[in-house]
Amino acid sequence: MRLINRKPSRVAAFALGMAPFLAAIIAYAVASHYRRLDNPADKLLPSLPDMAAAFGRMAFTPDRRSGDLLLWVDTLDSLERLAAGMGVAVVLALSLGILIGFIPHARASLAPFIATFSLIPPITILPILFIIFGLGEVSKVMLIVIGTAPVMIRSVAQSVMEIPRELIIKAETLGASVWQMMVRVVLPQILPKLITAMRLGLVPAWIFLISAEAIASTSGLGYRIFLVRRYLAMDVILPYVVWITLLAFILDRLLLMASRRAFPWYHMHGESL
Amino acid sequence: MSDQPKVSVQNVAKIYDGTIVLERLNLDIEAGALCTIVGASGCGKSTFLRMLLSQETPSRGQILIDGEVLPSEPTPDRGIVFQRYSVFPHLTVEENLILSAEFDAAPFTGRLRGSARARARDDIAETLERIGLAQARSRYPAQLSGGMQQRLAIAQALLKKPKILLLDEPFGALDPGIRADMQALLTELWRELSMTIFMVTHDIHEAFKLGTRVLVFDKIRHDPAAPERWGATITYDLPLDRPGVQTYPDAKALFALKNTTRGDAPDA
Repeated sequence: MRLINRKPSRVAAFALGMAPFLAAIIAYAVASHYRRLDNPADKLLPSLPDMAAAFGRMAFTPDRRSGDLLLWVDTLDSLERLAAGMGVAVVLALSLGILIGFIPHARASLAPFIATFSLIPPITILPILFIIFGLGEVSKVMLIVIGTAPVMIRSVAQSVMEIPRELIIKAETLGASVWQMMVRVVLPQILPKLITAMRLGLVPAWIFLISAEAIASTSGLGYRIFLVRRYLAMDVILPYVVWITLLAFILDRLLLMASRRAFPWYHMHGESL
Repeated sequence: MSDQPKVSVQNVAKIYDGTIVLERLNLDIEAGALCTIVGASGCGKSTFLRMLLSQETPSRGQILIDGEVLPSEPTPDRGIVFQRYSVFPHLTVEENLILSAEFDAAPFTGRLRGSARARARDDIAETLERIGLAQARSRYPAQLSGGMQQRLAIAQALLKKPKILLLDEPFGALDPGIRADMQALLTELWRELSMTIFMVTHDIHEAFKLGTRVLVFDKIRHDPAAPERWGATITYDLPLDRPGVQTYPDAKALFALKNTTRGDAPDA
């Protein structure tokens, strides 16, 4: 049988999926082992048990100075910022995206501005945000909003414009007002695509979150890894990176599951990543 | 009303960027006609239907319905069934059918709740039976066959009780057997509702089988050096002899919303 027609069984698919992870861990363990043979105090590639111990300390031993369980405090603070930023971005994406995609006058007025605005590298605005909003939470949330909203707005507007014209005309012949078409035809049809836009938007959102925390913060996952960098504490940094990746992965899967559950009609054709 | 044509097309032309697509269209259609429109690809028959729908406006001339100039945008007095994308993919069969009642009754949310919704569902129960989708009422369009989707689209358009029904190759994507069933259903509904129907088709047999009047669109003059100079027009207008249009009161009641959803909705 040709290769394109051979499909792996469930077990084989799982094993194949796990193989690269396993290979990476083994490669790391081997490299770490040989470095520590040369120098038992090597900090660059700490052993897996060392990293597990450091991670356990961050998660379960109260910090000597503050008495906090640092991992959970960092995680909570970062997720709050991420949620606030994504929340504002979603509200902007829905309101402006539907206006731009659905109403020609709004499109003429807003589309060129949003397109231009989305080309500004968001990190260049960070100093401006720090000057205007200070070093507090607002500027970090704003950075996430500025980094994700323009792309999400354009993505939503595009989805609205891709709704077949026939459906809009049909709604008009059924007596719908513009507002009714927005809430009963346009919004429900683009919600699954908004979730896709959110899943894509989470990638830059994490980047801007970590950047903002690295530059000016006293808590958060980004703050922690940049803080312990001073002590070459790879045994903390590496588990934190894995932890951040795991959080990002879980958020992505949760959004996908929510979409499958809430919009079954959208997922009836074919498999999606 | 009796001597006034239902639809009157007066010297209509459609021009796109200097290319004349349609010109010199003059036509009076009597109420209750089932007018089929045939012609080669690109002869402007769909353009004509879109002008009847106000999806496009005539470059010259005017179209009247019941003696009044068409509004400049699609309105509920003209129902439409397209070849594809005629039903809402995010709504189940039942939700597709009660949607127009919801638009009527709830200007702000466009949504009926509780007892008003239950009444709207009762109102379309007979229609569901009639189009053979009672078993499929809670399925999404993606779970229906092409024929079922078009039956749903036709019922959805008819529930709004339009003055005229426009069909743009409604059965073009269906298998021949299914198409024959759909033609029979359409003929039945048309007889029962004594409605004026325009139907674009590329199937000339279908045009003669269903129509009381067949319009053939074609170019009457052709200039090889400047093909855009001459547009298509109606080259044949064939009234077919048919038994008179009969109406059955019980059938009319079937598609008449019982007018209970209006007025007692939560935010009406």
